[in-house]
Amino acid sequence: MPASSQIGLSEARRQGERPPALEIRDVVASYVEGRRVLPVLGGISLAVEEGEFVAVVGPSGSGKSTLLDVIAGLIAPESGEIRLDGQPLAEQDRLGRSAYMRQRDLLLPWRTALDNAALALEVAGVPRREARERARARLPEFGLEAFADAYPAQLSGGMRQRVAFLRTVLAGRPLLLLDEPFGALDALTRVAIQDWLVELLERERRTVLLVTHDVDEAIYLADRVVVLTPRPARIAHVEPVTTPRPRHRPFLTSPEFVAHKARILAALGFLDDGGGDR
Amino acid sequence: MTTELPPLETDQDRPLRVLPAPSRLALVRQRLAPVVLLIAVLAVWEIWVRWDNTPRWFLPPPSVIARTLVNDRALLAENAWVTLREILLGFVVALVAGVSSAIAIHASRLLERALYPILVASQAIPIVALAPLLLIWFGHGLTPKIIVTALVAFFPITVNVVDGLRSADRELLNLLRALGAGRWARFRLVTFPTALPYLFSGARIGIAVAVIGAVFGELVGAEAGLGHLLTLSAANLRTDRVFACVAILAALAVCLFSLVAVLERLVLPWRRFLVAAQPDA
Repeated sequence: MPASSQIGLSEARRQGERPPALEIRDVVASYVEGRRVLPVLGGISLAVEEGEFVAVVGPSGSGKSTLLDVIAGLIAPESGEIRLDGQPLAEQDRLGRSAYMRQRDLLLPWRTALDNAALALEVAGVPRREARERARARLPEFGLEAFADAYPAQLSGGMRQRVAFLRTVLAGRPLLLLDEPFGALDALTRVAIQDWLVELLERERRTVLLVTHDVDEAIYLADRVVVLTPRPARIAHVEPVTTPRPRHRPFLTSPEFVAHKARILAALGFLDDGGGDR
Repeated sequence: MTTELPPLETDQDRPLRVLPAPSRLALVRQRLAPVVLLIAVLAVWEIWVRWDNTPRWFLPPPSVIARTLVNDRALLAENAWVTLREILLGFVVALVAGVSSAIAIHASRLLERALYPILVASQAIPIVALAPLLLIWFGHGLTPKIIVTALVAFFPITVNVVDGLRSADRELLNLLRALGAGRWARFRLVTFPTALPYLFSGARIGIAVAVIGAVFGELVGAEAGLGHLLTLSAANLRTDRVFACVAILAALAVCLFSLVAVLERLVLPWRRFLVAAQPDA
């Protein structure tokens, strides 16, 4: 097994700082499909520091989304443990602790952009009027001020995804779980929204775990890129990206970027030059 | 390196273009088409009956029916009010019972397994055939009419709402769960709003069959109501009045149906955009 476990954890201990925001310990999980039980996660251990941005890449169907479902508390792992801020928590107790965002914007079609953005606050028990006021105050920075009263069906894909982002951010949870949030967007919109996320994270530091199948996106955004093996997923490789954030477009064509990409692709098995650790 | 914000407005982000509203004339023409057809049919009817000298008791011309509508207006209105009351009371009972049962079926696996298949199958039963039984049990009054009306309207409403509750997006429900929403919050925020359009579909069918239910209830045995008046008039060969009753019933049904449709538009304003707009085309 590669030296993938407990990365980041040892560092935090050495510095005597707070425990990692998220710690995944030996998580094994399966997906039940009718009577077939598919092993999906074959023992994953990973620690994410507070304010850190970790991207998870892997072959499709490698259980990336399942990992996020487990962390969010939607799925019970067969074994292993999830700690948030150092506390081991059962599934039930993890619900409501993170802000989850998926590839589909999952907006409520009967709510306006504003009311959709306020949804997470309402779920958290904020009175409707106050939730709307708080959401309204942040519409401009999401480029949505002119569309507060528009229904999702009236908005473009990029705008809908920004509403979903606003909802996620307003949830006020320090941990963001992003499952391919740019996946359904066209290339141009995707680039614009990635840069916009970079900017957003500069303003308010959050801990982010991003699942993606886009290696470029992972390197561009993350402090560390975790590469998963095919199912049942284990960690094949962890690629630290030390270039300080926020990064900008020229980074995408820099030699460091290409070197990172080569190592990640090798770990994914796309290159045969022995760059990975298997 | 610059830290300027990337432009947020990509090509995709422009609001959807709004097409010019269809001209008034075009709208009027569209609305008028069925009216013109109806007038044409009535005209042919009128001319045919007069030319053929058809006996009045067999088929009166529309002009005679219209005169009856005016002359008998007090009698017709009195009976129409009775029938309308039966329809509305029966429909409200069906609505309350239907939505409650649907929610119960949705909430309980046992009820879903046991009751739902029976409900679906029972839609094939002609409920109106129960009317004679209700006459035996409840007599000639208002109660048996309300029961028949409620019964026929109950099934389409229940079945539609159950389908609606079932069709709530699982991923969306999971998202709310991940946000910490409990069972009630998920129901209130996602499941029930998802079912609302289905509820309205059910209600539209429900109100239409409620009219049939009420009339049938009266046909079997009643002391008042359009169905009752219709039976009496037919027995006396007052065919013109039978037609007058039918005309009022038809108008009643159309009005009630439209009322539900208008209510649907008011309650579900977002539905319009689903058909009109297809972003990301």
